[in-house]
Amino acid sequence: MSWKNNADGWGWTSIAIHWITAFAIIALFVLGLWMVDLTYYDDWYRKAPYIHKSTGVLLLLLTLFRLVWYYSNQRPELLDSYSDIEKKAAKWVHGLMYLLMFAVMLSGYFISTPDGRGIDVFGWFELPAVVLDIENQEDLAGDIHFVLSLILISMVVLHTAAAMKHHWIDKDPTLKRMLGIRS
Amino acid sequence: MKKISAMFLLMALFVSPLHAETYKLDTKGAHAFIQFKIKHLGYSWLLGRFNRFDGEFSYDEKNPSAARIEVNIDTTSIDSNHAERDKHLKGDEFLDVKKFPEAKFVSTSFKELGNGKAKLSGTFSLHGVTRNIDIEVEHIGHGDDPWGGYRRGFAGTTVLTLADYNINYNLGPASKQVELFLSIEGIRQ
Repeated sequence: MSWKNNADGWGWTSIAIHWITAFAIIALFVLGLWMVDLTYYDDWYRKAPYIHKSTGVLLLLLTLFRLVWYYSNQRPELLDSYSDIEKKAAKWVHGLMYLLMFAVMLSGYFISTPDGRGIDVFGWFELPAVVLDIENQEDLAGDIHFVLSLILISMVVLHTAAAMKHHWIDKDPTLKRMLGIRS
Repeated sequence: MKKISAMFLLMALFVSPLHAETYKLDTKGAHAFIQFKIKHLGYSWLLGRFNRFDGEFSYDEKNPSAARIEVNIDTTSIDSNHAERDKHLKGDEFLDVKKFPEAKFVSTSFKELGNGKAKLSGTFSLHGVTRNIDIEVEHIGHGDDPWGGYRRGFAGTTVLTLADYNINYNLGPASKQVELFLSIEGIRQ
């Protein structure tokens, strides 16, 4: 398998990004839900948000690269066995998931940065703050971050269910293509 | 018509205590401050303030015990110079500002203790709980300002126990109480 995409399937770069993203989104969601209820004297009180924010920034960078990769590379053709509705739905759901990912990551960024403090990413570098001077920005961004995360994770469930349907019911190679299995 | 005006005048005389002067807190010019401090882990002081509030007081030098004050605080304006912490403080583990966007102090009595000191008592409402509190007050000064107005200012301190106001998040044994420092300057109306 090539590291680049071709007409028949995804290259390993796209496949790796897909699964890293899948794992990161689910991990960030669970970590995020868990960490907001930590008590002050908990060992993880500072560590969990640090990991959450750092991972979020790295995912943001990865997703930016992913977009560049997606558009600068050949894209595998949608399978002929898909119905027109499936083709349309796939396009819309994928587009929406990208949009939601960016919206969730940006809203998270805007929770932490209204005071001008940047985000320290695992001590490697700091993502600088962009100060918008919005009243109570951290609360607004927090509400948006929470609601959009719920929608995104619902889309992940839908996306997973669709992959299962293609694999088990339609018995087409949709899921296999994303696992790098050529049939 | 004349009769009614005379009646109002009479009523006004009875209702408003003689010489009582009303002062509006100079929040516009930010010569009024509501600051708090609480120990962090018992190792240092954490300082913060409320950026938005308003209020009025009346004070009559000939009858200081008639002085009264009312202050409304916008709890969403809490500012500890750290957005993430402010978000936490505004959330439901602390002030829960979505449910309780306002805190309020209404005085019930004012006792001068001499030397410019006084004890101000009143009810303080915070986080849905209303309690009687005492504020130690110092009369800082009063007089004409350079721009044609007349001003009077006080400083006050009080200590609140967080649990009294149903704020039970555990910040550690040294951080169960928060000290308030109030610096208010009023412009005579």
